[in-house]
Amino acid sequence: MLSYLIRRVLMLVPVFLAVSVVIFLILHFIPGDPVDNLLKVGSPPEARAEMMARYGLDRPLPVQYGVWLGKVVQGDLGTAIVARRPVADLIVQALPHSLRLGGLALLFSTVVGVGLGLVAALNRDRWPDKAIMGGVLLGSTMPSFWLGLILMLVFSVWLGWFPVSGARSASALVLPVLTIGLGGTALVARITRVAMIEAAGRDFVTLLHAKGLSPLRIQLRHVLRHALIPVVTILALRIGWILGGAVTVEVVFARPGLGTLLIKSLSQHDYPVVQACLLMLAIAVMLGTLVGDILQALMDPRVRAAME
Amino acid sequence: MTARALPAPVRALRRPMGALAGGWLLLVILMAVLAPLITPYAYDIQSLKEAYQPASSAHWLGTDEFGRDLLTRLIHGARTSLSVSGIAIFLSVLCGMVLGAAAAWFGGWFDRAVTVVVDLTWSFPEILIALILVAIIGPGTTGTMVAISVAYLAQFTRLTRAQILTLRGETFIEAARSLGASNSHILRRHLLPNALAPVLVSAMLATGDAIILEATLGFFGLGAQPPVPSWGGMMSAGSALIFKAPWIIVFPGLTVAVTVVAINLFGDALIAELDIRNRMGGRA
Repeated sequence: MLSYLIRRVLMLVPVFLAVSVVIFLILHFIPGDPVDNLLKVGSPPEARAEMMARYGLDRPLPVQYGVWLGKVVQGDLGTAIVARRPVADLIVQALPHSLRLGGLALLFSTVVGVGLGLVAALNRDRWPDKAIMGGVLLGSTMPSFWLGLILMLVFSVWLGWFPVSGARSASALVLPVLTIGLGGTALVARITRVAMIEAAGRDFVTLLHAKGLSPLRIQLRHVLRHALIPVVTILALRIGWILGGAVTVEVVFARPGLGTLLIKSLSQHDYPVVQACLLMLAIAVMLGTLVGDILQALMDPRVRAAME
Repeated sequence: MTARALPAPVRALRRPMGALAGGWLLLVILMAVLAPLITPYAYDIQSLKEAYQPASSAHWLGTDEFGRDLLTRLIHGARTSLSVSGIAIFLSVLCGMVLGAAAAWFGGWFDRAVTVVVDLTWSFPEILIALILVAIIGPGTTGTMVAISVAYLAQFTRLTRAQILTLRGETFIEAARSLGASNSHILRRHLLPNALAPVLVSAMLATGDAIILEATLGFFGLGAQPPVPSWGGMMSAGSALIFKAPWIIVFPGLTVAVTVVAINLFGDALIAELDIRNRMGGRA
């Protein structure tokens, strides 16, 4: 298991390098020259050259990348152009909000999704199955920002149960978590249902039935355990997807967080902040797949055997 | 003619769910095509006296903050939203099929490079990829279109590659090769046509996701620019007025949701008719 872990973590290094190259290059694809924005109109060419040299922009691209990456690894993410503060400060402020929101949404969609998928699979092709799958389909097709606004209208404005926006109290988290969670729930419920039905057809299940175990016990203790493997894999792969949901939902509910920071800096052309936000999201995605793979290896001895 | 000889989309329409979903989709497409002929008002005529009206016999879905008829804007919005997402997915499928087929066919370093890039982008949410691309290209319909098509490129490349790799081991390909067929002949006449059905069905399903993505970009103000209506743009304007005139945002959102549900249901009917469930690349 340990050698599997080490190999799996080492596999992240080239992926991180590739992602960092892409994120670094984004700055160079964006139209407009940052140096022109910094210079006064009518500055002599020497002033421009001096500015280029000060920011290291006169050096070849690979060298610039190396310098940037070296600083990033040390936690120096540069200075925000608009806020005129270290980018790392902005990120440290925003990150806990996004992690809390994303983590709770992930928890919600896993618990509710597995539950609904289980009920649907146990009642295959009967009305509970059809009702759950219909509801799940509807839930996954609503744009998340729209769902968020409608929930806000009903529960905050009409019923007055929750604050409209912001992040001052814990109850302000309920609607954003629900908004992101419902989309994830749909995905988890669908995968759980299919995996349960598929696992129930396996030979070992027939054997358990032949041994005379109670059907419900077989479903819950054996089939569900088997079915959770693909659920964990796909959930881990889709961590980024949940973060993507968080981006829009944070904006809708005016919550501080990486998403709000990203959208704001995109519209202000504050590219050091954009780069940092993307880097954080990329790291979250990579850690998600890592955790998913480790969980999968813990749950499925065959995966471990194949890796060793 | 027997039922089996009919083309799959027609057969899918004969299933109850397929008929319901297909009917809605045909209606939306028809409205989008005929928009200027069937709408009672012009989409950009403002009439401030009539602003913020709820549904009435003159304005079936009410009016927006400029007194423009919402139904008219919704129908014209279908034009923008459907064409942007449709063209984006078409481009995505085209490039994805070429890339995927080439990767599967040539193998070696090219295949490895394509696979690495595809796996990398696949784990990133489409909305993030699209947001960054729009930031680079600039907002508007063209920017959104390109951004959406790149965001879905990985999906189609991956699917086509998997299809070709599976099909390549089949007996009929071996037979064609034994008969002396050339590489390019096998690829063009045997592999790609057989890989087409799952790719096209998932293209249709992806169009549903693309409609949501287009609406989200529109919501951020990055899609079609005013006064041209799009579903996302209408919701963007409506979100600020949600407490004063909720109908401005409710109807476009419902239209998006119902249309995407219809696309999914019709897609499911197609998958069942074509009997390709196990070839859809893990769609549950």
